[in-house]
Amino acid sequence: MADLSQTNAPIYEALRKFRRMRVVPFDVPGHKRGRGNMELTEFLGEDCMNVDVNSMKPLDNLCHPVSVIKDAEELAAEAFGAANAFFVVGGTTSAVQSMIMYACKEGDKIIMPRNVHRSAINALILTGAVPVYVNPDVNRKLGIALGMSVAQVEQAILDNPDAKAIMVNNPTYYGICSDLKRITELAHAHGMLVLVDEAHGTHFYFGENFPVTAMAAGADCASVSMHKSGGSLTQSSFLLLGKNINADYMRQVINLTQTTSASYLLLSSLDISRKRLALGGREIFAQTVEMAEYARSEINDIGGYYAYSRELVNGDSIFDFDVSKLSIYTLPIGLAGIEVYDLLRDEYDIQIEFGDIGNVLAYISVGDRKRDIERLISALAEIKRRFGKSGSDMLTQEYISPVVAETPRKAFYAQKCSLPLEETSGEVCSEFVMCYPPGIPILAPGELITDEIIEYIKYAKEKGCQMTGTEDINIERLNVLDF
Amino acid sequence: MELWFTERHTPNVNFSIKVDHQLYSGNSEFQRIDVFDSKEFGRFLTLDGYMMLTEKDEFIYHEMITHVPMAVHPNPKNILVIGAGDGGVVRELTRYPSVESIDLVEIDELVVEICKKYLPATACRFDDPRVHVYYEDGVKFIRRCNDQYDVIIVDSTDPFGPGEGLFTKEFYGSCFKALRDDGIMVNQHESPFYDEDAAAMQRSHKRIVESFPISKVYQAHIPTYPSGHWLFGFASKKYHPTNDYNGTKWSMLGIKTRYYNPRLHTGAFALPCYVEELLKDVE
Repeated sequence: MADLSQTNAPIYEALRKFRRMRVVPFDVPGHKRGRGNMELTEFLGEDCMNVDVNSMKPLDNLCHPVSVIKDAEELAAEAFGAANAFFVVGGTTSAVQSMIMYACKEGDKIIMPRNVHRSAINALILTGAVPVYVNPDVNRKLGIALGMSVAQVEQAILDNPDAKAIMVNNPTYYGICSDLKRITELAHAHGMLVLVDEAHGTHFYFGENFPVTAMAAGADCASVSMHKSGGSLTQSSFLLLGKNINADYMRQVINLTQTTSASYLLLSSLDISRKRLALGGREIFAQTVEMAEYARSEINDIGGYYAYSRELVNGDSIFDFDVSKLSIYTLPIGLAGIEVYDLLRDEYDIQIEFGDIGNVLAYISVGDRKRDIERLISALAEIKRRFGKSGSDMLTQEYISPVVAETPRKAFYAQKCSLPLEETSGEVCSEFVMCYPPGIPILAPGELITDEIIEYIKYAKEKGCQMTGTEDINIERLNVLDF
Repeated sequence: MELWFTERHTPNVNFSIKVDHQLYSGNSEFQRIDVFDSKEFGRFLTLDGYMMLTEKDEFIYHEMITHVPMAVHPNPKNILVIGAGDGGVVRELTRYPSVESIDLVEIDELVVEICKKYLPATACRFDDPRVHVYYEDGVKFIRRCNDQYDVIIVDSTDPFGPGEGLFTKEFYGSCFKALRDDGIMVNQHESPFYDEDAAAMQRSHKRIVESFPISKVYQAHIPTYPSGHWLFGFASKKYHPTNDYNGTKWSMLGIKTRYYNPRLHTGAFALPCYVEELLKDVE
């Protein structure tokens, strides 16, 4: 790709060229450029259907890229400062699973914070790897799990010198970053790989004054949700590799679970978005931060709410903070985050990213307009005026340290029986229980169910959290191990 | 040569005015602004291609949005106007000697400048010492106001574009908070006639009903707006728009009008059956 630069988008360019050729399709997809499904074509648009095509020579093949996809992946690697980059069309979930499946075989240990996304624990079920959880530090007031403290990571490494890898969640959903550089140095000194779930950190690679990126910190793999702050289509992500990872083996690992019919809508959206960020990311994210900072200061001005930022930084478990995130602590106005989340949607037609027990998160991006930010702020002010009450009886505890009784894989595949939630205390859970979003498990397969956890699940349900993961859709019963 | 201004009222209905010549065209940070001269309607202003006012029929809109609340409130002193960069509402308000202050919040400074230059018949009272102009987003301005206005007039554009925040529940709630205990809010309430406009009108009405104890709607005939049948919202904390209305008292003020009068005030609240139904659906 000697003559290509960041101004190019090889997949996008190939698709445009392909469209001009007006090739007659006697291949899949069967909608044949949309003609076979007019209702869908009217809904999505002819241009969209025209490029929903199959892999073929001029458009390369994601499973085994040799031309335009290979070029696009090289450009992406360059843009992110990675040794290699993979286009991923199964979401960041797929990228996270691939990096764990690369690092661990059955029985291998992996050190990870417990507040990982369910995709990481799913990967443990798939591989049979054994988690060594580092309990994240917790901010008691805000009720949120923080980053990993370096001392705790070091202890986990010393206790488990045979672990193959360390996984870091950076930044967290709330914008909190760990000391990625030191964790990476420690891990490498002990021969462990560093895998970073960087789902919420795409913008770190392109904006100014953001926390350090996984690739810059020397990490070995990073999963980046380009579709979150990067502007590509939902489900499209990048998997980035450092120089010590065998890219060809990684491709084989990815191909274990990834589709063989990768969508060119997703691929081109990754390609175009990478180009856009490489060329204009600095300004784009400066605007995003400006909007987030403005909203934060106005929201803090309302009183009651606390929109937090860099002042939380403590040099360790909050090593840095992503100021493009607008996380707001709501308990002082007497409302759980999830209640504010519901009120914003039901009363004010404003959909935010998520609400948990004590916080809400509004996702700010370059697609936002100043006037919409004003609406959000005014709606929060109105919610306080109309629904606010004394915040004294609010439950704040969010993070409960789990007791791991079995590996996730064993628990998932074991004999189990279903019990009413109230009767499960002391049993070992065989499934996930989580609020979605954010999708961080309250219980994962193999963990001991305690009274505290049962109380938390009931409280979260009562407040209106959308709970997922269990076989029983209503979360009135849990599957537990049947010894 | 024929030059026509055309606004699309629905995908299947156009409204055109023959233009004599164009006086101004420019873009502000927020929208495109155009001023034309025409034989039939005189000078007219459009924003993003939507008709805002013409010299020929602006008096109907400005009198109806202003005098109705001003005549119901027994002693309106502090007035807030949101939008209304053309100055028409301010012109009507300054005719009340009892008014002590008029705060006008317009997001787009260029609209005021252009109106002062090209539409002096409406933008004629900005220099009244009671008038204070703030170039700011109305949603933001009103967030910090508490219990301080007697009347709020929301002279918005449409529920899309720069004015869309002025059709939201958070905005109406903020207005409620900004009004004194006997305050009144009046707003441009769209049209009930074409389907899409009617849906916007219903949404807006629903949000006002949820925010104010008294929420009524009145109408006027405005030839250059889609369908010509236009509505205004009357939302109030205490006063009923017709039961608490004293037409004689208003007449004694001696304000000369071309459209508004005490008989019309009461009549304007009598709505066609289909409009009553549309409103009832969301109440």
